[in-house]
Amino acid sequence: MTTEELKSLKSNAIVDARGTACPGPLLAAKKGIGEIESGEIMEIYSSDEGTKNDIPKWCQKMSHEFLGIVEEDSYSRLFLKKA
Amino acid sequence: MELDLQKQIDELKAKVSRMEAGTKDQLSMVVFSGDLDKILAAMIIATGAAAYDMKVKLFFTFWATAALRDPKKNGKGKNIIEKMFGMMLPKGSSKVTLSKMHMAGMGTAMIKSIMKKHKVASLPEMFKIAGELGIDINICEMSMNLMGFKKEEMIDYPNMTVCGVATFLSDAQESKIQLFI
Repeated sequence: MTTEELKSLKSNAIVDARGTACPGPLLAAKKGIGEIESGEIMEIYSSDEGTKNDIPKWCQKMSHEFLGIVEEDSYSRLFLKKA
Repeated sequence: MELDLQKQIDELKAKVSRMEAGTKDQLSMVVFSGDLDKILAAMIIATGAAAYDMKVKLFFTFWATAALRDPKKNGKGKNIIEKMFGMMLPKGSSKVTLSKMHMAGMGTAMIKSIMKKHKVASLPEMFKIAGELGIDINICEMSMNLMGFKKEEMIDYPNMTVCGVATFLSDAQESKIQLFI
C-alpha cells in the first residue's frame, strides 16, 4: 500500500507503544490484536527502530496481513489487518 | 501395487502425526545465570515468544534461582550455612548485578538508569509481564536445596512449580526451541 492509501485507512484500534523499548511494542501488539475482530485494522505507534523489522515478521508468523509503514517526525505508524 | 501404495500412505500418515505430536509451538529455556544482563535477555526472549503465541517454559537453576526470591519474605527453618548463603546471594531480581562492568555497584546502577531512560522494563517488571502472559517458571529443586532457598521465600508468581531435571527434559523434548542462558 502507498503512504497515501495507508493514511486514508480507518483503523479499528490504535496501539500506542511510543517510548517503550524491545519487547514493549511487540507485547503491545499482541495485546491489541486480541481486542479486535478478524479483518479489522490495527495501527501501532512505535519510536523503536527495531519494531519496523519485528512487526512484519510477527505478522507473517501469526498470519496477519502487514499493510505498511507511515513515518512521522519522531515515530512510525505500522498498519496491519488481523487474520 | 495399489495395496502397497495405500500401506505406504498409512505409514507416512502415522509418522507425520507422531512428528506433529512431538514438537509443539513451545520454547524451553534453562535460566542458569544469576546476572542481571543475562536474565534480562532471557526474559525478553521469553516474553517475545509469548507474543508469538508460543507456550514458554523457563527452568530456573543454580544462580538464577536467587533472582526469584522475594525481598519481603523469609524462609523458615534454615541452618547456619543456609542462612549464610541467603545473606551472600542477591535477594531478588532487583538485587542481581551485571556480568561485566559491575564496578562495585557503579556499573550496575548506571545501566539501570540508562534502562530507565530508554524505557527498557526492569527485571521485576519483566517477571510481572511474564506472569500476565502465562509463562511457566519451573525452579530446580536441587538448586533450591543447595542454596538453602525455601518455596515460601519466592516471589508470588502465577505459574511457578518446584521440580527436577525430568520436567525440563520432557518440556524441552516437546519444544521447537531450546535455549540455555
